[in-house]
Amino acid sequence: MEPMTAPRPGRRLHPWPIRIMHWVNAAAMIVMILSGIGIYNDEAILGWVFFPHWLLLGSWAAEHLLWHFAAMWVLVFNGLLYLLYGLLTGRFRRKLLPISGREAVADVRDALRFKLAHEDLTVYNSVQKLLYIGVILAAILQVVSGIAIWKPVQFSGLTALFGDFQGARLAHFLGMAGIVGFLFVHVALALLVPRTLAAMVTGGPVVPEERT
Amino acid sequence: MTRPLSKSRFRPGDAPDATILREHAPLLRDIERRGLLRGSLSLGALAMLGGCSPKDSESIQATLRAISRFNDRMQALLFDPTRLAPTYPESMVLKPPRFNAFYGVEDVRPVDGATWKLELAGRIAERQPWSVAQIMALPEQEIIIRHICVEGWDYIGQWSGVPLRLFLERVGADLSCRYVAFRCADDYWGSIDMASALHPQTLLATKYAGEAIADPFGYPLRLRTAVKLGFKNPKWITSIEVTNDYPGGYWEDRGFNWFSGL
Repeated sequence: MEPMTAPRPGRRLHPWPIRIMHWVNAAAMIVMILSGIGIYNDEAILGWVFFPHWLLLGSWAAEHLLWHFAAMWVLVFNGLLYLLYGLLTGRFRRKLLPISGREAVADVRDALRFKLAHEDLTVYNSVQKLLYIGVILAAILQVVSGIAIWKPVQFSGLTALFGDFQGARLAHFLGMAGIVGFLFVHVALALLVPRTLAAMVTGGPVVPEERT
Repeated sequence: MTRPLSKSRFRPGDAPDATILREHAPLLRDIERRGLLRGSLSLGALAMLGGCSPKDSESIQATLRAISRFNDRMQALLFDPTRLAPTYPESMVLKPPRFNAFYGVEDVRPVDGATWKLELAGRIAERQPWSVAQIMALPEQEIIIRHICVEGWDYIGQWSGVPLRLFLERVGADLSCRYVAFRCADDYWGSIDMASALHPQTLLATKYAGEAIADPFGYPLRLRTAVKLGFKNPKWITSIEVTNDYPGGYWEDRGFNWFSGL
């Protein structure tokens, strides 16, 4: 980890490990969602909600499951690396903290009026901070509830945390819904301010070390 | 690549019996590979693989199956042979249990207990067949456990029968073998790993809620293990084989994960 933490002037907003992990996560997450809703369709939790077949990854149950249980490894190991990186380099602390309640309320109001300032890409406003923290927590919930569904005997204590097997399925479904909700907002805002999208490809503006 | 439009993109309110869909899904898959093509397209868009030729889909399919075999090994490592599944009070037992097979309940062909025999094969010392009366005379254990289907539904069931471990020891099976395979009266077949076969909550079940298992649920003999998904519990068992050669299974050969441990 030493080379990553060593002070280096002229670092970019999104160092290369962040960019790689971001896009690997994006791909794995989309595979998990499109195969997961196929698995869901075989035993709907909300009786009236089914997902259209053209949206699903895989043509029937066995294929949905094959995709889901393949992409999970990518999602989990990439996610663990990301958490380690964010914690060890201090990126989480610098980028996502602190959050002030008053500022958050004001930012949400501005965001809903499409007046949220975004001149400086290198500083996240409190809405961004909340969304990013929220989606990280949702992804962690997905892994935990996913293990509770996959291994309800080997990790029966984990399944019990959600009440029972169906409780774990419900949590896994709601976590997915939350991540999809984030995805819509995230992608819409990235497209509204294309510089942010470019930054996640090229690295973005050079910023002082203390703000990367 | 164009898909015929269905009446609704969503499932209709009075959906056809899911078992019919399941039964024909593999056939559909073999006839037309559009699902795979679509899958490869989606992945291609994501991973910039591009291309959607059947050859690509087949290699993706092969990769997914290879990862599934890797998952078999990971699950075997995760499996703790001494860890017991949660058990439940009798008041939570669903009566009758939920039916599931690769066909509808109306197509169940009841097994005649008077002529039924359990055949034994493979690495077993005493391979003479067993009658219902002989099986029923074996020591019996009762477990009230959760049945979890790969589709996502579950129920709590009360099963009794001889522990598979006790039966395998009784007939002199080679317990160092890797697999225990089952064949069934309805041409279903399946197999489990030896560690799961020897688990204390793995039974050759003859009774449900204290009475002989009813026809749709596997009379006279079925597997009921607390450590596997539902489809790993063959019903109407007619033969048991102990082997080191991977036996596969009805659903496993169609792409479902083989280990499927809970």
